[in-house]
Amino acid sequence: MRPAGKGALESLYFDYPQFAAPRVPELDGAAARHPVLIVGAGPIGMTAALVLARYGIKSVLVDRKDTFNDGSRAICIARPSMHILERIGAVAPFLKKSLGWRFGRSYYRGEQIFRLEMPQPPGEKYLPMYNLQQQYIEKFLHDAVAASGLIDMRWQSELSAIELHDDGVSVQISSPAGDYRLDADYVLAADGARSPIRSMLGLRLKGDNYEGRYVIADIRMDHDFPTERRAFFEPAGNPGGTVLIHKQPDNIWRVDYQLREGESEADAVKEENLRARVGAILADIGHTGPWELEWWSVYSANTLCLDDYRHGRVIFIGDSAHIVPIFGVRGLNNGLADAENIGWKLALVLLGEADERLLDSYSPERRGATLDVFANATKSTRFMTPPTRGWRLAREAALSLSLKHEFPRGLANPRQMQPYTYSESRLTPYAGRDDEFTGGPVCGSAAPNAKLGDGSYLLDRAGHGMIAVLFCKGQPDAEQTALLEQLRRIDKRFVPIVVSSGGSASTAKTIADADGEIARLFAAMPGTLYLLRPDLHIAGRWKVAVPAEILKTAGLCLGSETP
Amino acid sequence: MSAMPFEDFETAYETLATAIDQAGPEREALFLTRLALVLGHELGDIAAFRKAIETALDGLE
Repeated sequence: MRPAGKGALESLYFDYPQFAAPRVPELDGAAARHPVLIVGAGPIGMTAALVLARYGIKSVLVDRKDTFNDGSRAICIARPSMHILERIGAVAPFLKKSLGWRFGRSYYRGEQIFRLEMPQPPGEKYLPMYNLQQQYIEKFLHDAVAASGLIDMRWQSELSAIELHDDGVSVQISSPAGDYRLDADYVLAADGARSPIRSMLGLRLKGDNYEGRYVIADIRMDHDFPTERRAFFEPAGNPGGTVLIHKQPDNIWRVDYQLREGESEADAVKEENLRARVGAILADIGHTGPWELEWWSVYSANTLCLDDYRHGRVIFIGDSAHIVPIFGVRGLNNGLADAENIGWKLALVLLGEADERLLDSYSPERRGATLDVFANATKSTRFMTPPTRGWRLAREAALSLSLKHEFPRGLANPRQMQPYTYSESRLTPYAGRDDEFTGGPVCGSAAPNAKLGDGSYLLDRAGHGMIAVLFCKGQPDAEQTALLEQLRRIDKRFVPIVVSSGGSASTAKTIADADGEIARLFAAMPGTLYLLRPDLHIAGRWKVAVPAEILKTAGLCLGSETP
Repeated sequence: MSAMPFEDFETAYETLATAIDQAGPEREALFLTRLALVLGHELGDIAAFRKAIETALDGLE
């Protein structure tokens, strides 16, 4: 919603483009069959198209709207998502425009009780979190889509019917340029929380709804405070409700506030009521200068997801598959991980480099990630919006004790996004090898990064296929060289990264790790091998390489049968 | 769980009664919840804490 007298897209800081419906070949009788149709050109749909394009796969991307999202909505981009944006070649404008951060503060009745400090290991390339309005996220992704040459972007094009076949999907598209039928091998449904495709297929999200409702409001003001997450419990400006404040680019600030018990949503979103409440909250944080109202919406926490993210040749990604509470900033970030996960798998299947069986791993891996989010989100949501008298009393007791005591303060930790670990996945068959290690990243987790002597990073060397990180004293011995050669035969995109404790300068083939810093990060010794998937999650690790297991794991990651 | 000598327990009983009065009817629930969290933390044993909660809940009617 926007202030009285303003249009839905009349923003203080963002100029909305208007995209026309294109004249498409189908309208002229050309019956092309497309490898992939992506429905929904939000951040998730566009990212999926760009991941596919990275492998040379063409897609048609349709959206019923004629422009980007009407508001800032999802504003927090987590470190793993920056890596995804980097891999699809889109990260530069994000780094330039967004506001990176790693700290936060929680207050109770005006006094600080918790200092959030997200870890920043020295080898990491990106900060834990970046704030950027969703319109910019969509604009930057759309710029990459437009530059790709492999993505057929069709705005003002609405899917009106869908029909599933054994070997493909047929849909009807309605657009101002005309209505037509479109055939595709696969459909990625990125059509959002109210997914029309989900309804047309008779599928339902299952899970829980929470009581607490929040107003999320954007304002523009000159306000001198660093980019941090601020959470206010029982603030004077919103008694009986929690408040969250985030900084965004262009002097825009996000003020989220919880509605009081029994407060009507219809009254709360009325402009005069909203202005009064935001004004009181701003007075409370010491802002006395002018401010302008930009946009607002209302939100309630849910933990809902599909039983299976795949329905034949229709695959659900992002909010169409799962809805999570905002407090863990996992909606956008989880969706981007969905897009990358299905993107590399579907691309390799369509290229004939992987068996279709590989697609079966998408739903267990990504639904597992959602259930993990639910477990954390349920905790943080109950703390942010206590559902009953018992929860409210326990929170008040814990918060009030936090003023003078350390022990309850961790309860105010927002438990921000951690990347999910695919240790249970069938693509991670030797997770038991973790027992050989004392420390280092576990099987299934996202690989850590390391800064190299020349200022580049370890993971910059990853390609589009499987990656082996092999630790050696000097150069790989004959057996190791043979293993790397066999991996190259399984996957033509395979990239070996050799980390050597001998030698002082890195070369194209070998990374010099004279001080052993990278070996320590990976808890490695000479002979240790980490096998990474194209999404840089660890498919397996061996303290001393076991060729048969490594080759089997690489095969599984390309869809071969379970050993 | 180690039990207190009876004399100490009686002192605990008296101290608690006085403290509930000191908190007053408006704040007694908050006070008792805080007390439970502090004692739970100092106990350092989640099984013992759960058992104590069960004991206290049992026969409330």
